[in-house]
Amino acid sequence: MIDKSLNWIDDRLGVAKGGRTFLDKIFPDHWSFMLGEIALYSFVVLLGTGVFLTLYYVPSAHEIVYHGSYVPLRGQHVSEAYASTVGLSFDVRSGLLMRQAHHWAADIFLGAIAVHMARVFFTGAFRKPREFNWVVGVLMLILGIVNGFLGYSLPDDLVSGTGIRIAYSIIESIPVVGSYLGFFLFGGNYPGSGVIIPRFFIIHVLIVPAILVGLLAAHLGLLVKQKHTQFPGKGKTEKNVVGSPMFPTFMAKTTGFLFMTAAVIFGLGGFAQINPIWQFGQYEPYQISYAVQPDWYMGWLDGALRIMPSWEWVGWGHTLPLEVFLPAVIFPGLIFNVLLAWPLIEWAWTKDSNYHNLLDRPRDRPKRTAAGAAMLTLLFAVFFASSTDVMANFFQLPLMDVLWFFRFFVPLAPIVAYFITFKICHEMRDAEHIGQRKRALVVSRSAEGEYTTVSSAPRPGDDHEELDAIPVPTFIDTTDPALATAAGVRRVIR
Amino acid sequence: MSDTKPGHEVPLPPAALDDPHLQPSTKNPQRMQTLAALAMVVGMLGFIAFIWVYWIDASNQWEAGTLALGMLGLGVGTICWGKYLMPQGPFVEERHDFHSTEPERESFNAAITGRGGLEVKRRGLLLGVFAVAGGIMTLALVVPGIRSLGPKPAKAEETEGPTDDSLFTTNWKKGSKLVTVDGRPVQVDDLEVGGVLTVFPAGFEGTSPDQVILIRLAQLAPGQQLPLGSPGKPEWTTAGYVAYSKLCTHLGCPVGLYQERTQQLVCPCHQSIFNVNSGAIPEFGPAPRPLPQLPITVDGTGQMRANGSFDQAVGPGFWERP
Repeated sequence: MIDKSLNWIDDRLGVAKGGRTFLDKIFPDHWSFMLGEIALYSFVVLLGTGVFLTLYYVPSAHEIVYHGSYVPLRGQHVSEAYASTVGLSFDVRSGLLMRQAHHWAADIFLGAIAVHMARVFFTGAFRKPREFNWVVGVLMLILGIVNGFLGYSLPDDLVSGTGIRIAYSIIESIPVVGSYLGFFLFGGNYPGSGVIIPRFFIIHVLIVPAILVGLLAAHLGLLVKQKHTQFPGKGKTEKNVVGSPMFPTFMAKTTGFLFMTAAVIFGLGGFAQINPIWQFGQYEPYQISYAVQPDWYMGWLDGALRIMPSWEWVGWGHTLPLEVFLPAVIFPGLIFNVLLAWPLIEWAWTKDSNYHNLLDRPRDRPKRTAAGAAMLTLLFAVFFASSTDVMANFFQLPLMDVLWFFRFFVPLAPIVAYFITFKICHEMRDAEHIGQRKRALVVSRSAEGEYTTVSSAPRPGDDHEELDAIPVPTFIDTTDPALATAAGVRRVIR
Repeated sequence: MSDTKPGHEVPLPPAALDDPHLQPSTKNPQRMQTLAALAMVVGMLGFIAFIWVYWIDASNQWEAGTLALGMLGLGVGTICWGKYLMPQGPFVEERHDFHSTEPERESFNAAITGRGGLEVKRRGLLLGVFAVAGGIMTLALVVPGIRSLGPKPAKAEETEGPTDDSLFTTNWKKGSKLVTVDGRPVQVDDLEVGGVLTVFPAGFEGTSPDQVILIRLAQLAPGQQLPLGSPGKPEWTTAGYVAYSKLCTHLGCPVGLYQERTQQLVCPCHQSIFNVNSGAIPEFGPAPRPLPQLPITVDGTGQMRANGSFDQAVGPGFWERP
């Protein structure tokens, strides 16, 4: 019956040959390979919860009087965007859960991308032939950050409105075309002609997600075509992939992982309040709240703005707001371009044009690892600089001292991190037995009084013998009824 | 029951059911199967509970808890199944050369350089015209796509006009009444010393570029001027009041925090600090310029009015700003 149906399909689509290859696709096992899956599955949750939200959200700056169930807001003049966001939180059943899960999923999506990217970077998985996929990944990160900011802006609350104001001023700071860009995007001088919310909405729910889905398809398609990288190990070479098959083993594990990721996101969406816009209130351009923090992935940009000295350049009848343009346009532009070009940068350094399917241990590539550590340190340093006011309050320090600390810390810390990491990598690379399981040292004294030190014999399980890898068997002999119905016999190792 | 796999010319025999590669990785498959089933049942109960709590309209926490429990149970069960009970191998798959064969490459390149190159040689003219026309078509499509989006910013010379179209103008004029956001006119004795108020020109309440922060620094009689330090203009103050644009010169946030003790205005966004006593000169932080000062006066009825407009563009810097 099943055979017949499959043949019926293959007669029409011719999928049997490629389908079998796909089902046999081998996935190497390593925990770090699941980081990208977290990103993928939080994106799935983002799409699902996002569709739910679009059914209730009204992308309009039009002012109405709030009549919903949140009593403190009743009778206030608010925008339809704000009213509908409060409404879908309180007056639509499951709405708050979906909205908060959507917000958490976005934060987790970008976090998972960042950590996944670090894995790919530090293990050298971006090398030939995977340079394109690295670039696709960085583009998805950039689009993810952009869409996160747009989505965060849609409720039209006091906190996100301040973010839009800052974004407008950053656009304004671009030489020559800045004020034109700002006027075109916002439909006039800030806050514009009320077009920004519908425009952000369509970019957030259609344009960027469509590009993201396309890039995601390319990312996964390339992954299937180029096959996975793997860590060196028994039987693993540049010419093969060792692991478990797509069907059924990996499929079961990854489906379970989708459920677990979604469980964590929905759990957070219910128990960890995020962005309570009814407490912030409707955005008004003359109001502001204290100790406002953007979502985590925007923090590094905000930090750079804070520590920048006030170097505005004025001359020849023009103003160049370097105090904004450098940290908010040039700095992220540099970071993203270095990321995009990293495979090229490393190639220029090593001139290595070989295929690389086996991963590096980070310690074996001290310069790359140190460069990555420096980059991460830089980003973390500016990230923490985005909370200078909160730190000054918390540590009871003068704000000025905290700021000056970061003005030195941000440029210096990456340099220190580079050299420390470089040194650690070298030490680790030169150390004997590193990465091997520790064994007891037995010190014995001979009859002559001579002391000798020897490693103890391996304990059972120390030298975990893996089976030799075999190709996925095409057929399994299921004729023995006793074996076929048994729960499975114990795996014989060695 | 035999076939050939790529790279295996010899047909592979079917694998025996007790081949170790096909066995569960757990020592006790029976127990693991029970555990996985149990986890999935817990998940199932979680989903049923979710439908129930939705039905009775219980709290957000109940919804999230039951839904997460359901997904967690189902997820744990499925992973146990995949990780501990399904065949773990290890299995191996050969990689194939990624690039095409040399003849395939040559033939592909020949199509591009040969057939294509021939056209370039023979029809260079057409190619050039096509490229130019295509470029202009792109321009023709892109220009309205961008230009229709919004108005062009007004030039610096056009100091009058709507604030929507200009970065240089505000709605403040000589004689504009100072009003609160609710439209209530501000009287000279409305504020105590140390008091602050956000004001707008009457008729433009709540507009972004017009927002002004009015601070009373001293208890002086109308007409008396504050001894404001440079670049502040003492003649633009009255009755101990001073007024500045509330738009931060850094990024346009409202400079909303006033510290009475130090007489400083603090921007909550990026902590620029402005000295109110010296023409709102930036003393600290990334803001590059003082907040523009608004000339104010008091009329015969005690109503506070603007005595002119700002002498410069308000808010953050931009290219056309002189």
